[in-house]
Amino acid sequence: MNAIVTVVGQDKVGIIAAICILMSEYNVNILDISQTILQGAFTMVMAVDVSKSTASIGELGTALAELGGKMDLSIRIQREEIFDAMHRI
Amino acid sequence: MLNQKEILSTIEMIDQQHLDIRTITMGISLLSCCDPDPKKACDKIYDKITRYAENLVKTGEDIEREFGIPIVNKRISVTPMALVAGASETEDYVPFARAMDKAAAACGVNFIGGYSALVQKGMTLADEKLIRSIPEALASTNYVCSSVNVGSTKAGINMDAVALMGRIIKEVAQATADQDGLGCSKLVVFCNAVEDNPFMAGAFHGVGEAEKVINVGVSGPGVVHHALQAVKGQPFDVVAETIKKTAFRITRMGQLVAREASSRLDTPFGIVDLSLAPTPAVGDSVARILEEMGLEVCGTHGTTAALAMLNDAVKKGGVMASSSVGGLSGAFIPVSEDEGMIAAARGGVLCLDKLEAMTCVCSVGLDMIAVPGDTSAETLAAIIADEAAIGMVNCKTTAVRLIPAPGKTVGDTVEIGGLFGSAPVMPVHPESSAAFIARGGRIPAPLHSLKN
Repeated sequence: MNAIVTVVGQDKVGIIAAICILMSEYNVNILDISQTILQGAFTMVMAVDVSKSTASIGELGTALAELGGKMDLSIRIQREEIFDAMHRI
Repeated sequence: MLNQKEILSTIEMIDQQHLDIRTITMGISLLSCCDPDPKKACDKIYDKITRYAENLVKTGEDIEREFGIPIVNKRISVTPMALVAGASETEDYVPFARAMDKAAAACGVNFIGGYSALVQKGMTLADEKLIRSIPEALASTNYVCSSVNVGSTKAGINMDAVALMGRIIKEVAQATADQDGLGCSKLVVFCNAVEDNPFMAGAFHGVGEAEKVINVGVSGPGVVHHALQAVKGQPFDVVAETIKKTAFRITRMGQLVAREASSRLDTPFGIVDLSLAPTPAVGDSVARILEEMGLEVCGTHGTTAALAMLNDAVKKGGVMASSSVGGLSGAFIPVSEDEGMIAAARGGVLCLDKLEAMTCVCSVGLDMIAVPGDTSAETLAAIIADEAAIGMVNCKTTAVRLIPAPGKTVGDTVEIGGLFGSAPVMPVHPESSAAFIARGGRIPAPLHSLKN
């Protein structure tokens, strides 16, 4: 099962590193990363495979939100289907 | 592969444009709970609701977390209670409402609908007992919503029931006078009520429905408004296309959530109701969509045409996105629940007569409108009759949810709170309709009801 991690906030050193470490702690495989600076805001989208994850998506969401709180970023994880439903027929 | 722009646009819709799933509603048939002993019937009702809906709220919250889409309400609708209570040997139906209330509290849902009677052609003894118990039932419960269907295209309008409902609305307002007549926000009078509506206060689980079912109501006025900001000044064809595309996206999400909830709760999927349901939050208003089309204030000339187009485009866009569309599906115009409508009403631009015209083309009717507390029962009944006539002749659902707020008059505001918002008291015509309502009987069904 794939999920999408999105990060929005002020650019700073170590954002991707911190998230990648967290992902590897939960055995989540990163499939793709793209990032951009959109109107001054750092924006990153990461596709991940959570099928072998040691935590549920809900728990991953909580862990990411905690990390986001510490780094002053908005970080979330959502199942990929919601984006497929909205943008693909 | 999804691209970054698509992903971020979805997140922007949720974060900034108030996109949400408005409700997951579980419909439950209570026909199996009929019992001559009212106490036993109430116990059966409580047991069945809590058994079927035990995991409803938790499942909703799980889906919310995994998909990152807010699901604002989790609700239950049940078989019209007059049909269940009718089997019991009792004059007092209030305990049935209390049983519903207790079950709703145990399940943790926001509302439970179905304290209802369907009397479009005539009233059974049970229907009348239930209707007369509505004031006490709503005043003594927290979660129960009530609805009465007084007319249909097939049957005509039951004017005895209309007259009675005028009096009942007054009584409900009096019974909840300490809360500005809050009870009235949980009572809907319908014409052509639908059996699979997931929205409150008018939800009930029709007798043609399955044992249990999951219906989902989507929302998203803010998303439509935002999309229209990108096509300023362009012709209506472009506006309609833009609304259709947006409605399609929103509904696809509703369909996904409905399927997911249905499979996790092991309950058949019923319908997606693709309504634009506003909230009092800024940026979540249907009125502001109409104004975005070029109207200075919602309620001015052109409003009905704008709403007609919006309602139609929402349906056309949504219908392709779901395997089963039902409920009310369209644009809601509840005054107190819509920040733009509140402003327009407060400014005196949006009046009751214009709202009545708008209900000819919207998906429901005169909704969440505060009128002066001294409005007579006959005037309320006459407003219901007008609205029912629009529904009956146009083969559409119409509804009336009026709050004759005790002690309040034009210029005052009724604070209802939460999603119900606040309603500026709107004037009604002072001329009497009493002799008209006193006639009673039935307004016959229109000629086009004879389709067979």
